[in-house]
Amino acid sequence: MFESLTDRFDSIFTKLRGRGRLSEADVDEAMREIRLALLQADVNLRVVRDFVGRVREQLIGMDLSQSLTPGQQVVKVVHEEMKRILGGDTLKVTYASKPPTVVLLAGLQGAGKTTTAAKLASWYKRSQGRNPLLVAADLQRPAAVEQLRVLAKQVGVPVFSEASDPVTVARKGLEEAVRVGRDVLIVDTAGRLAIDAELMEEVRLISEQTSPHYTFLVIDAMIGQDAVATAEAFHKTLELDGVILTKVDGDARGGAALSVKEVVGRPIVFASTGEKLGDFEQFHPDRMADRILGMGDVLTLIEKAEATLDKEQAEQALSRLQQGQFTLDDFLDQMQQVKKMGPLSGLIGMIPGLPKEVRSADIDDSMMGPIEAVIRSMTPEERRNPSIINGSRRARIARGSGTSVQEVNNLLDRFKQMQTYMRQMASMPGVMGRAARRATSGPKRINNKKKKRR
Amino acid sequence: MLIITIVVVALALATLAATAFVVASRRRFAPKGLPDAPTAAPPAPSARPLPPDVVRPPVRAAPPGEQVPGDETPSEDVPGSVEGTALQALPAEMPAPAEIPAEVEEEKPARFKERMVRARTLLGGYLSAVRSRGKVDESTWEELEEALILADVGVLATGRLIDGLRRRVKSGEIADSASLISALRGDLIELLAGDRVLHMSDEGITVWLFVGVNGVGKTTTIGKVGLRETSNGHRVVMAAGDTFRAAAADQLETWAQRAGATVVRGNEGGDPGAVVFDAVQHAAARGGDLVLADTAGRLHTKTNLMEELKKVRRVAERPPGVVSETLLVIDATTGQNGLTQARQFAGAVGVTGVVLTKLDGTAKGGIVVAIAEELGIPIKLVGLGEGVADLVEFSPEEFVDALLSES
Repeated sequence: MFESLTDRFDSIFTKLRGRGRLSEADVDEAMREIRLALLQADVNLRVVRDFVGRVREQLIGMDLSQSLTPGQQVVKVVHEEMKRILGGDTLKVTYASKPPTVVLLAGLQGAGKTTTAAKLASWYKRSQGRNPLLVAADLQRPAAVEQLRVLAKQVGVPVFSEASDPVTVARKGLEEAVRVGRDVLIVDTAGRLAIDAELMEEVRLISEQTSPHYTFLVIDAMIGQDAVATAEAFHKTLELDGVILTKVDGDARGGAALSVKEVVGRPIVFASTGEKLGDFEQFHPDRMADRILGMGDVLTLIEKAEATLDKEQAEQALSRLQQGQFTLDDFLDQMQQVKKMGPLSGLIGMIPGLPKEVRSADIDDSMMGPIEAVIRSMTPEERRNPSIINGSRRARIARGSGTSVQEVNNLLDRFKQMQTYMRQMASMPGVMGRAARRATSGPKRINNKKKKRR
Repeated sequence: MLIITIVVVALALATLAATAFVVASRRRFAPKGLPDAPTAAPPAPSARPLPPDVVRPPVRAAPPGEQVPGDETPSEDVPGSVEGTALQALPAEMPAPAEIPAEVEEEKPARFKERMVRARTLLGGYLSAVRSRGKVDESTWEELEEALILADVGVLATGRLIDGLRRRVKSGEIADSASLISALRGDLIELLAGDRVLHMSDEGITVWLFVGVNGVGKTTTIGKVGLRETSNGHRVVMAAGDTFRAAAADQLETWAQRAGATVVRGNEGGDPGAVVFDAVQHAAARGGDLVLADTAGRLHTKTNLMEELKKVRRVAERPPGVVSETLLVIDATTGQNGLTQARQFAGAVGVTGVVLTKLDGTAKGGIVVAIAEELGIPIKLVGLGEGVADLVEFSPEEFVDALLSES
């Protein structure tokens, strides 16, 4: 099971709660954990050092005495800092004053430039209403031009190429765009090593000949420590405007995103999230932050949920949650849904922020049986309003479900407690926190309304 | 009772989380002008005449792509069920192993030497600084740790290596920094020991299956291995088992020409297993003795694609095919995800060796250390460039020297 950063912090900080403010030693321990998590996520070692240094400053002297969940508070600081670095300035989509707007794609071999070129063309065409022209300037890899032709056809964008040399092709591609009135020119180039002086000079010439409005570095989300050297070298030669991260649909933690952003200082503009040409979206810094910090399993959870849950039901359940009306009926419904998502033990591992006891407990799907039985033995009224369940009702329910009064009590108590826990979790960063905040913001408003009426 | 407690809480959270996510993601993925591109219909068979060494079997009866995973019934799209009328149209004999142009021969040792010379000149930079310090102190450990982490060896594997060395320094077994460097070097080399041989089967048609995630260099590697093996006197057939990617078969065809091999291809969007099967059949009928099977790059997180790969392997093993190597191609720039890739691919189809590509760049490829340590999979080959001759056998000594060098 994956032990999240929060778990680790919880164990460090729960014992510190009584002591009040964080000492340097306390912070050092936290920093070690953060460093470990970030390195495992492939964030560059030097970037990790800087990052940890900044977070450290924020943590020293922080007062954790009032917090029920000190570990979460610390994670929040880390998360905020990471989001700040990854997000910050987003690229505003602008166009050259004199068309066409040239977009140059560069990067290492195998990063996904050709596929990205086609996706970008599709994006410009469909969501920006432009008329792009693709230029197949990768004359190095066998059948690269053919690949781009096939993809271009699929997205309905023309391609220009000729069997000369990349610089000439790029230049002529630009002339062609002007000639036929295409307003965006996307230049796909061959993959090249940052240390290959000859090829870096070639791409520099391409840039010189086409004066790109945007130069994007296309980089693979699974790249390791080398991300920094590569990004720096390309930036030095081409002066990048942004970065496109590919293969984000894998399970690489993607620390390269943080490294590249730190080192190059340009925004990550797009994320390529699949093999289909429509799998292209604008980059989400908060999702990436979750992922780098090891909260990324929620993405798998989302995918599973999407694939198996009834969306209508889910939406209704959520709105009931938000209005503070989540009943045992809803719980029962959702349990059926969750059962479809696969073994419970697997799902538990994917949810960040669960208490340690929950994670390490040996959970078997058969344990859901008694819970379901108890709820089913209740009347609809009892499920809607558990507070009416008195002693005799409890006894009846216990008999009907083949359980004991104690178990019925337990279930009811825990259901109530779950709602309290949700409110606590609201202070947690990441997707769970946002979900919790949405879920718990409802009831408060209703209470206020009631007060006003009196 | 406690169990029920925990289960209730966990379940509640799971349901709430899942609920929230579904709704949130539903909103997020609502198309804002990014509709799915229409999937490419398999193109009509090309009108251009095929050169004599390109084999294109007839259109498969089975529908492309959408095979049920884990489908074991033998009567499924077994390619052998289609009569080999197309095979009869093929050249009577396989082309003899191509003569390798002289310049390719020279190129190979020169480039490799160039790369290693660069590594060795840099070698001095790191090791000498630590060596000359003489004693072993905290900063020595920090520098060693840094070197390994920067090489993508990974925090945990690095930790284990360093811990082992710390113990030996403490016990007095290692006295100074020079011995420490040697010890680390020795440990790494030992870790990377393994079977370098690419095995041929004595019976049937040998199949080497190439697998890996997208963009690592599988097709290019097949080109290089093809040349190597034709030089060794084998009659190589390449199977264009990547039926997903646009122009993948064209790409492989070019490599086949460079390597002096035959290529067997199917229709784009067609069944990859069928292509591999056809390649084996073709080799059997025409005197080929080695099939190099390309597969589409796939992220190990995609269950359906991994199921497809399992099926390809099963089909490749149908007599007379014998899969004696399943080579996982890994990009040297890959970070810790490389270990996950190895685990997943090994679990799915079994991996007999790793090919580490793009080692001519700045990345050190240290992830193979973690792979060797945890999974014991040997690294067999190293790719050092985009040329057909840029392939060498993995050498632990040279790899480790380059790994520890400063750059």
